[in-house]
Amino acid sequence: MNEKPEKLIDKKGIRSDGRKADELRPLKLQVGVLSNADGSAYIEHGKNKILAAAYGPREMHPKHLAQPDRMVLRCRYHMAPFSVQERKSPAPSRREVELSKVIKESLEPALFLELYPRTGVDVFVEVLQADGGTRCASITAAALAIADAGVPMRDLVVGCAAGKIDDTVVLDLYDAEDKLGAADVPVAYMPALNAITLLQMDGILAPDEFEKAINMAIDGCKKIYEMQKEALKTKYMVVKETGEE
Amino acid sequence: MDGEDFMPIFFEKKQLVTPGDLLAEGEYLPGENTYVEQNKIYASRIGLVDTDNKKVNVVALRAFYVPKMGDIVIGAVLEVGFNGWTIDIKAPYTALLRASDVLSRPFKPQNDELSTVLNAGDLIVAKIASYDRAHDPQLTVGEPGLGKITRGQILHVTPTKIPRVIGRKGSMISMIKQETGCQIILGLNGVILVTGKTLEEEELAIEVIKKIEQESHTSGLTDRITQLLKERKGKVEEKVEENKNE
Repeated sequence: MNEKPEKLIDKKGIRSDGRKADELRPLKLQVGVLSNADGSAYIEHGKNKILAAAYGPREMHPKHLAQPDRMVLRCRYHMAPFSVQERKSPAPSRREVELSKVIKESLEPALFLELYPRTGVDVFVEVLQADGGTRCASITAAALAIADAGVPMRDLVVGCAAGKIDDTVVLDLYDAEDKLGAADVPVAYMPALNAITLLQMDGILAPDEFEKAINMAIDGCKKIYEMQKEALKTKYMVVKETGEE
Repeated sequence: MDGEDFMPIFFEKKQLVTPGDLLAEGEYLPGENTYVEQNKIYASRIGLVDTDNKKVNVVALRAFYVPKMGDIVIGAVLEVGFNGWTIDIKAPYTALLRASDVLSRPFKPQNDELSTVLNAGDLIVAKIASYDRAHDPQLTVGEPGLGKITRGQILHVTPTKIPRVIGRKGSMISMIKQETGCQIILGLNGVILVTGKTLEEEELAIEVIKKIEQESHTSGLTDRITQLLKERKGKVEEKVEENKNE
């Protein structure tokens, strides 16, 4: 990570970390890793390592934040001081406050907020190691944690980014590509309903490149979605098998 | 399952589904843990799907308790309030128990010290007297069998598994009660109270209930539980004898 690659993508279309343009980083997902949370999930997305915990629905504290007609979703995105090269102050930065809001808003459409008025669901996302695209990986893990808590959902939400490096549109940027590349387009998506719940862009893209990036990110989301479903099922499958002996 | 092509169904019986899985299309009715979007039925929780006539149900593997009027629940006193108690019933809402309900006479703050009746941390069996979206559930203990718990052991199970512990027409629970000689009160909020004559009997009942929770979605469970109970019963009786002799 320290040495900056000369070129982000070579003539054969191989990126500086050895991937092809439309290739995802290796992914590992695990559900139910924290025993004290109502629901939890852990994701390793490339070098990103992120823990998510969900609590609730429960009574809101402080009480004045409760809404009389719906449930409130609260998110806290936080990066551990050791998650990046240079120690990060543990106090929430401007960026973390913003990402907390962005993650909350990308998960809200998946929940039936009107079902449990006056309650709150809390989601805590802790980034243990960051390597670009943490907001997307956080959304993927947070959705799993909420599902594991038994909160009814319309669909699991998946996050995945696409971007542009050296004039090529590529999938799932990592840290160096994000910093040196031309643009980054994070997308959160509900595959079963074909609905986008988060769409951001950082950098400059031509309209056709933008469209290509979105479609590429959605395809990436669909691939992650399968792994996400599998991870959720695995936790309960173990129970099933021991039962059948 | 119907072979008619205008009413497709997208699952096998007892298949494990996750939120967002498409279950059926057409004239089916959305049952538990499902929702409809553009005439299609989707799952909203992780669980096992099944159909009941035209109703598509998902039996959730993970859920929380939602209060319902008339339910028997077991809760813990959180706080002694001004004219009643707040009770934690393991639901999204905390419940209220009014002093006048417990004392069964008009309640006067100057005469009665509420914490001598029920204090924080005490466990109670109660019935939900009223509940709706706008108000927290109200509890009542004014019926036989309800009130403060003085002895026994508490265990927690996922609320969706309570029907399994009860069994068909109460077959499972009455069998456990009979074989272990324990009194068992099932709180529909997933809290169970086991009271027996000896510690060994209580522990056997708890072990059996835990086994039911873990294997709730497998077939032939009743037979296996019967067998387990028979195997253990002898040992428990021996132990009880030993303790007596000591």
